Amino acid sequence: MNEEYVLQLQHIRKEYPGVIALKDVSIEVKPGEILGLIGENGAGKSTLIKCCSGAVIPTSGKILVNGKEFTSMTPQLAAENGIAIIYQEFNNVKGLSAAENLFLGNPIRNGIIVDQKAMEKKAKEVFAQLNININPKTLVGDLTVGYQQMVEIAKAIKQDAKVLIMDEPSAPLTSAEVESMFKICRLLQSKGVSIIYISHRLEEIFELTSRIVILRDGDYITTLETDKSNVNELIRHMVGRDLTESFPPRKDCIEKDHVILELRNLTGNGDQNIDLKLRKGEILGLGGLVGAGRTELAQMIFGCAAVESGKILFHGKEILPKTPREAIDLGIALVPEDRKRHGALLEMCVKNNINMPIYPRISKFSVIDSKTEKKTAEKYKDDLRIKTPTLDQQVKNLSGGNQQKVILGKWLAANSELIIFDEPTRGIDVGAKFEIYKLMNDLVESGKTILLISSELEELMGMSDRIVVLSQGKITGELQKEEFAQDAIMKLAFSVKEEVE
Amino acid sequence: MKSTVMNTIKSKAIWFVLAFLFIGFTIANPRFISTKNLFTIARQVSMYGIAAVGMTFVILIAGIDLSAGSVITLVNIVCAYLMVKAGFGMATAVILSVLMATLIGVLNGFFVSTIGIPAIIATFASQIIFEGAAYLISGGIPIYGFDERFKVIGQGFIGPVPVPVIIMIICFGIGSFILNKSYFGRNFYAVGGNEEAAKLSGIQVGRIKYMIYSLSGFFAGLAGIVMLSRTNSAQPTAGSGYEFDVITCVVLGGVSVAGGHGFMSNVVAGVMIIGCLTNGMILMNVSSYTQMIVKGLVLLFAVGFDCLQKRKSHY
Ligand SMILES: Nc1ncnc2c1ncn2[C@@H]1O[C@H](COP(=O)(O)OP(=O)(O)OP(=O)(O)O)[C@@H](O)[C@H]1O
Ligand SMILES: [Mg+2]
Repeated sequence: MNEEYVLQLQHIRKEYPGVIALKDVSIEVKPGEILGLIGENGAGKSTLIKCCSGAVIPTSGKILVNGKEFTSMTPQLAAENGIAIIYQEFNNVKGLSAAENLFLGNPIRNGIIVDQKAMEKKAKEVFAQLNININPKTLVGDLTVGYQQMVEIAKAIKQDAKVLIMDEPSAPLTSAEVESMFKICRLLQSKGVSIIYISHRLEEIFELTSRIVILRDGDYITTLETDKSNVNELIRHMVGRDLTESFPPRKDCIEKDHVILELRNLTGNGDQNIDLKLRKGEILGLGGLVGAGRTELAQMIFGCAAVESGKILFHGKEILPKTPREAIDLGIALVPEDRKRHGALLEMCVKNNINMPIYPRISKFSVIDSKTEKKTAEKYKDDLRIKTPTLDQQVKNLSGGNQQKVILGKWLAANSELIIFDEPTRGIDVGAKFEIYKLMNDLVESGKTILLISSELEELMGMSDRIVVLSQGKITGELQKEEFAQDAIMKLAFSVKEEVE
Repeated sequence: MKSTVMNTIKSKAIWFVLAFLFIGFTIANPRFISTKNLFTIARQVSMYGIAAVGMTFVILIAGIDLSAGSVITLVNIVCAYLMVKAGFGMATAVILSVLMATLIGVLNGFFVSTIGIPAIIATFASQIIFEGAAYLISGGIPIYGFDERFKVIGQGFIGPVPVPVIIMIICFGIGSFILNKSYFGRNFYAVGGNEEAAKLSGIQVGRIKYMIYSLSGFFAGLAGIVMLSRTNSAQPTAGSGYEFDVITCVVLGGVSVAGGHGFMSNVVAGVMIIGCLTNGMILMNVSSYTQMIVKGLVLLFAVGFDCLQKRKSHY
């Protein structure tokens, strides 16, 4: 018995075929504290917290909640004991309303009858409490990724949790949304709720937590007091080496007169009158809030959403890709933001995933050249430091960040001329982020062009040559490199351009 | 505003198809719209309708129950056997055979949920098994000679309304209540929409699967009783192939075979469409082979329309 801790994990070990995800990890959570949990992609963070909810059964080890010992957890037991988890991958039911998702598993009911009205009312209250503007009746599938995440948070909070575990909750959110989430976290903390907070954004860890637990390769490394630590120390413990700069430098390789992509008055998919020019060798950043219409724009260019009016010019020629295949053949690639829905073929192996868009190219008479296939996969596994036991591992068995890397690898392998990155580093650890930035630099230096959609302002400013900001489906402004500033971007992101006519 | 109207139209598209059929057949033959004929149609489809309630649940969780037809056959044979050869009372025989149908559902649930056999295989196996069982019990010979009162279930009337139609309406009522009002019905959508999320939210997915396959067995069993009473004799092939008609009704009613989406009310329309088509074409003297072609086309058309709508709204 130890009343000092609400949650203790003792000597947790978890083995998968060919992988040891966790080797003897122990952590303790004090009442009312916010504990940071960090580590590289594949370090074992998600696996560890899944052990708390019974989503993963540890090979060995003990879990103590308020001193009570559990050898096997189940989702119900965890909920009954006040443990709520927001998982890294969305766990919502797209066909049910926001209110019903909020009460998934334990709806408000009279006998066997569910009380939709009461649920909607309660949902409205919870949303209002969190300052989020969602109609409880909206189907979750119709919400943007950001709002879906808000529903997840609301769901966890509504359970009156004693311990709230959040696995990269900020990944799909914009900075404004992150701020309001932090407010909620502090509010909960003041009510005595303990929080375990996982994130790859170290500035968040510093802002929010009081102690930080670091894992590396399934090993427990250390616990640090947040006040007495600094970013470099964290990174050193996480990656095992020093990392001094966050954005690698690159040569100026823009060919001013060579416009690769031009959008003229493009309208459709929720966007209106988009005018845009992208020059060869340029990285153009697209800023804005979640739901501003950036992903929607990318979808039109990539041929997966219909254009209503306006023109897309690629190399000065008008194009109108109707399917992604057409866009790929033209030399356009899209690295999508929602990896579960659009990105990885979860049931297939790493090698197949990386080679997917280039199979026609590396096949002779429809027979795949397996040597090239293997070489390509090997290359991107090394370049991106994808952590996987073999190239034949199913992608669904990789950690979240490593899945994201596989998708990146896939589109890098496609060797397209124009690559649209939609939130490319979401959920990717600091070390690998740097590698991805380096790869982007290599790409533009070798004559490719990049359209970068990112809600991380640091990244947007660090990587872009120019930033165009969208708000509610319209361009609200453009910033040159020397004008880059957080508040300038945010101001544009919040402004709505009035209709001129 | 405009979009909500459009959405309502889209989600009720199946009712427009039904209305269209009504108008078409009425123009072709005014007798079609007579109250008497409408009740005839409803009576003809009542067995499909009853079984469709259970099948809707199954398809909602992205499953399938191919054993429904065999269950109908077996219920026919067993109920007849109990009444005629074993000397059981009518009520006892009915209760026992519906109970048996439910237990077959439990068995399906066991194979699908506990063992983890894909539903299409597990229920296909039980289809074969119970068809064989029906032959064994009956010796391949029809069983008949029931109590006069037994006819009421399938052939009786309350006022102008046929009893089987009343049973069907009650079943749809129960089904719609379960789906829309009861908490476990809402869980069906959750399991069908995202099983992983359902599990992690503490929904006992395994239990729900058992429940759904048992319900499917139960409703198929009821359909079997209605059929037995209507035909007044138990044929060892009574229900063979029925599962496909039932699945057609459900899919026509817009229940997504990928799971997680569908409404009981639209399944009613699906059932009615099949009924109208059959009846209307008979009134028009269309040959039964042509009828098959038409039904297949209608299925493709209705579901295709649905898919096109979905593709527009997603991409
Ligand atoms: N079902 C599984 N089968 C095989 N290996 C698995 C499975 N789940 C996780 N792993 C492996 O366990 C390790 C730890 O994964 P985990 O998801 O806990 O990482 P993480 O720290 O959350 O990483 P990220 O930051 O990318 O989310 C990874 O190497 C992963 O490949
Ligand atoms: Mg993770």
